[in-house]
Amino acid sequence: MLQAETFELKDDLHPESGKNHLDIRSFLRWESGLGIVLVASLVIGTLASSQFLSSANFFNIGLSVGDIAIMALPLTLIVISGEIDLSVASTLGLSSSLLGYLWIHGWPIQLILPVVLVVGALLGFINGFLVTKLGLPSLAVTIGTLTLYRGIALILLGSNIVSNFPASYTTIGVTPIPGTPLPWSVGIFLVLALIFGVVAHFTPLGRSIFAIGSNAEAAAYSGIKVKQIKMRLYILSGVICSLAGILFTFRLATAEYDNATGLELNAVSIVLLAGVSIFGGRGTILGVVLAAATVGAIGNALLLANFPQQAMGLIFGGLLLISVFVPNARELALRFKGQLSKGRLVGSHRG
Amino acid sequence: MSSETDPVVSLSGAKKYFGAVHALEDGRIDLYAGEAHALVGENGAGKSTLVKIFAGLHRPDAGRLCIEGKEVVFNSPRDAIQSGVAVIYQEPTLFPDLTVAENIFMDRQPQRSFHRIDYRGMNQAARAIFARLEVDLDPTRLALGLSIAEQQIVEIAKSLSLEARVIVMDEPTAALSSVEVDRLFRVAQTLKSSGVAILFISHRLDEVFTLCERVTVMRDGRFVQAAFTTETDEDSLVRAMVGRDVERRSDQVRGVDLKPLLEVEHLTLEGLFADISFSVAAGEVVALSGLVGAGRSEVATAIFGVRRYDYGKVKVGGKPIKRGSPSAAMAAGIGLVPEDRRLQGLVMEQSIARNIAMGSFKSLRRKGLIRSITETRFAADWSVKLQIKYGNLANSVSTLSGGNQQKVVLAKWMSRSPKVLIVDEPTRGIDIGTKAEVHRLILELAKSGVAVLVISSELPEVLNLADRILVMREGRLVGEFDHSEATEEAIIAAATLSKEVKAA
Repeated sequence: MLQAETFELKDDLHPESGKNHLDIRSFLRWESGLGIVLVASLVIGTLASSQFLSSANFFNIGLSVGDIAIMALPLTLIVISGEIDLSVASTLGLSSSLLGYLWIHGWPIQLILPVVLVVGALLGFINGFLVTKLGLPSLAVTIGTLTLYRGIALILLGSNIVSNFPASYTTIGVTPIPGTPLPWSVGIFLVLALIFGVVAHFTPLGRSIFAIGSNAEAAAYSGIKVKQIKMRLYILSGVICSLAGILFTFRLATAEYDNATGLELNAVSIVLLAGVSIFGGRGTILGVVLAAATVGAIGNALLLANFPQQAMGLIFGGLLLISVFVPNARELALRFKGQLSKGRLVGSHRG
Repeated sequence: MSSETDPVVSLSGAKKYFGAVHALEDGRIDLYAGEAHALVGENGAGKSTLVKIFAGLHRPDAGRLCIEGKEVVFNSPRDAIQSGVAVIYQEPTLFPDLTVAENIFMDRQPQRSFHRIDYRGMNQAARAIFARLEVDLDPTRLALGLSIAEQQIVEIAKSLSLEARVIVMDEPTAALSSVEVDRLFRVAQTLKSSGVAILFISHRLDEVFTLCERVTVMRDGRFVQAAFTTETDEDSLVRAMVGRDVERRSDQVRGVDLKPLLEVEHLTLEGLFADISFSVAAGEVVALSGLVGAGRSEVATAIFGVRRYDYGKVKVGGKPIKRGSPSAAMAAGIGLVPEDRRLQGLVMEQSIARNIAMGSFKSLRRKGLIRSITETRFAADWSVKLQIKYGNLANSVSTLSGGNQQKVVLAKWMSRSPKVLIVDEPTRGIDIGTKAEVHRLILELAKSGVAVLVISSELPEVLNLADRILVMREGRLVGEFDHSEATEEAIIAAATLSKEVKAA
């Protein structure tokens, strides 16, 4: 019976909708919806506090989401390709610990930074190897490395807190880009987002990533190097998360093993709120930028409105559920309508 | 003669609209106990809609459905089943982790005290049904791993356990080998002799004449004609289906002593195929024939690189190609129109334009970037060349009919101007009109100098297209025929007999 009903649903969908979710118009609708939410949160923030629109506050908003938003970019491509990476925050944490570890062992910072980025690439490679070469499910693999990488971070640094970094670096974390109210992390995010956006939407590689996420087998039958591309996405994710780790460390001016613990869920939330399908094949980088801004603005507005910190989860959890519900709402509505119209037909037949 | 009696099921004047789409304008058919009634027509003729009315999935907007003279209304599949109408789909969906018997009695398992399932009784009942159908299937085995043919038998057994008096078979033979088709037909004969009425839908007209007493032709959602199969023939059915005569290929023999373009040497993949050697010349169409499961598609996918092989060589124009790499094969000029269009050929939820461009992303770059407009223009050009019928190139490819979907896959490959094109079951599930177009495209490609390798389970298609026919059996090449000397009988003999058939 279940099978029969799915058939019916498909049949009812086609003539009425005519188009599918991939239609560019439905994307724009999602992004314009996000834009409205963003504007609304800005309005609420302004009403909640006179400080909301100040440049100092914009700086704070930027700081609160910058690192997470950077991690969300490669994660977006991974999710579009039909996989997931939950180890992003642990990669950030391990990079931060390594940075601190090498610093207290007297390495020069100019050498530490490239080493940390290379190790980030290695961490991404390990994920990619387990997913593409061994064919393990990415959800399980990256839950594993989420714990593993955090564990290595703990071994490296123990309970040490390294905080004597040179001031020339730590000021990056607390001063805005000259001439703007934006912190460096947001600047880097925007530049990366531009690059990611162009790659995702205007290059063969981007087209291939979407194809892989929609139907990996058909992609392989079209000559797309499915495994190679996924591997490279994981390596990219490792490098970018390391970069986020460096920024995070300098922002707080401390390297600790538990830096950014749990933030992978925030990154995933931004990706989903951006309208990226968790099943792969759909999403835009523009959506990610809007989603990051929205999350930052709402969090900050709530903070200024003295919304209890503990209840923030309520808002973000709700937003996340809405972002999963809304893209499917049309189908749900159609199914509901289908049942109604069937009922009507019976009536009209009798009448 | 059963025509004297009243029909078990009678549908008349059925209409079904989806918005502006008139899927069914005039559906009528009468089914008689103990008879098989074929329903034929091109894709889009309204056959599926009619089947779904019988299945209780669609309620007709007008018309009468009578069972044994009484008008009935099916509001759900459950109503249809309770009225004794069962539908067997082309690819049944059983629960893979349950046993065959559990699948048959899903939701109505015989029970003992405390609602415990009476497994012994259930298995015995299933065994009794299989005995009645004269098939050998173990009710206690898991459904996982059953062939499509066996899954259909399980579905038939299920409909019998529900005491169905009418069984609708929706293109049951499309994915079956000829041996499996024979078995299905024996089961169908048993059903008929026990008084069941069968509605049989198929694209293969020879099957209609083998199995059915009556045949109804539909075109563009309308009833065209009904006849006894003894009083009509294939040609007149085809004329009724397409509303015109279908051209057959003129019997020209193409270049024979050309230099080989695709060369396959001793290709071996343990357990699937062994020591496969053959070549295809530029401008030549070679068919790879044999039963389903003989390893034909496996050889094709190995040549194209989506599957690795153990030993052997594949060369194009004398140059060996790296194994296990579709991109290397494509760079050498090989294309593959795969067996499973929906799973391997197309990214169903992406746009028509995107699917046509799927193999050509790199060449569509301007200053390193692809713009949608370039992609759309490219796709529009090829849609015109291949006469693809679509609403909007930005619509998902799943909105197209099967035949047009296949043309999209062909466009994807033809737009790369391949040197070697492998087409695996190019016309499976495609209506006769589009089929002729696909055949014409394949022959035109060959004429333009492409080496074409065709895999097909339909012998008329093989004979119609190929200059040379290779036959595979159990993973080995066992026969080769020239176009002039090939007959259906000879090919079937080579594909099924255990002794080697050698012809010239």
